[in-house]
Amino acid sequence: MAKIIVVTSGKGGVGKTTSSAAIGTGLALKGHKTVIIDFDVGLRNLDLIMGCERRVVYDFVNVINKEATLSQTLIKDKRTKNLFILPASQTRDKDALTEEGVRSVLDELSKEFDYIVCDSPAGIERGAQMALYFADIAIVVTNPEVSSVRDSDRILGILQSKSRRAEQGDDPIEEHLLLTRYNPERVELGEMLSVSDVEEILAIPLLGVIPESEAVLKASNQGTPVILDVQSEAGMAYGDAVERLLGETLPLRFLDVQKKGFFKRLLGG
Amino acid sequence: MGIFDYFKSKSEANSASVAKERLQIIVAHERGRRKQPDYLPQMQREIIAVIRKYVHVDDNDVQIQLDNTDDCSVLELNVTLPEK
Repeated sequence: MAKIIVVTSGKGGVGKTTSSAAIGTGLALKGHKTVIIDFDVGLRNLDLIMGCERRVVYDFVNVINKEATLSQTLIKDKRTKNLFILPASQTRDKDALTEEGVRSVLDELSKEFDYIVCDSPAGIERGAQMALYFADIAIVVTNPEVSSVRDSDRILGILQSKSRRAEQGDDPIEEHLLLTRYNPERVELGEMLSVSDVEEILAIPLLGVIPESEAVLKASNQGTPVILDVQSEAGMAYGDAVERLLGETLPLRFLDVQKKGFFKRLLGG
Repeated sequence: MGIFDYFKSKSEANSASVAKERLQIIVAHERGRRKQPDYLPQMQREIIAVIRKYVHVDDNDVQIQLDNTDDCSVLELNVTLPEK
């Protein structure tokens, strides 16, 4: 039985797809057979972030409609063993993702994979609801910024009331906070919510803090998940988050301001 | 931060703490509403309609709140009647 992980946030642009790609890749690197599913029907982007956009033949909706089989549709990642991608459809039909269809695809994938990572679209519409409905674990991606924190709280409410686990009265979804685009300098200046501020407001356990990093854009430019950039702080922070997801206890890194020299401070670097 | 920045913004409130305070308030408010039963907004509209048969009140003049404690639920209805 696979564990189903939803990467969700409510708000757009906070780093769901970047995080899905990084965490999915990280789980596969640890030897777990992993598939990442793009639930953003109509606005497919996981394929670009993973660098497999030219290898998409069939998509998630084709599988649901039985126009293609899973093995025809899954894209095997070229860099990382044990890793597969299920791309979203570019159809404009909002109702393409049926609950029954999603369930049968997840059931079939469950037999073969250890982890199924569901990359949720922004918002709280059907795609987002379907992405989280069957989840065992939720990774709530949040930026240290008011609208993102509020939307994350809204999503937590939906996880607790509209998921399969909630509706059937099973154990609740395991919730994790992933704080992204964190800037320790601005936190120190009192211009940005700190890790503890966001933890206090959302009151769910912290999976990791990803510092704002040039490496993220560089990685997406190249179609490489940023976790493979092991020199970068963001890559290392995602690596830590994956270890914590697997049960390790690791201290947080990259939260301290790197002290600048006197002249750099004077000149405003 | 350059040398000129030291001359400004000391008096400005720390914007992160403003953000935190605002978030705590709105999140607590929205969580409270989440726990309310689905029928509450409809019931609120109907109660207002009944009151309006007798006095003219604005939507904002009627507040309905459902508080749950351990063994009882209290439905609190707060109507501000217009001045004569």
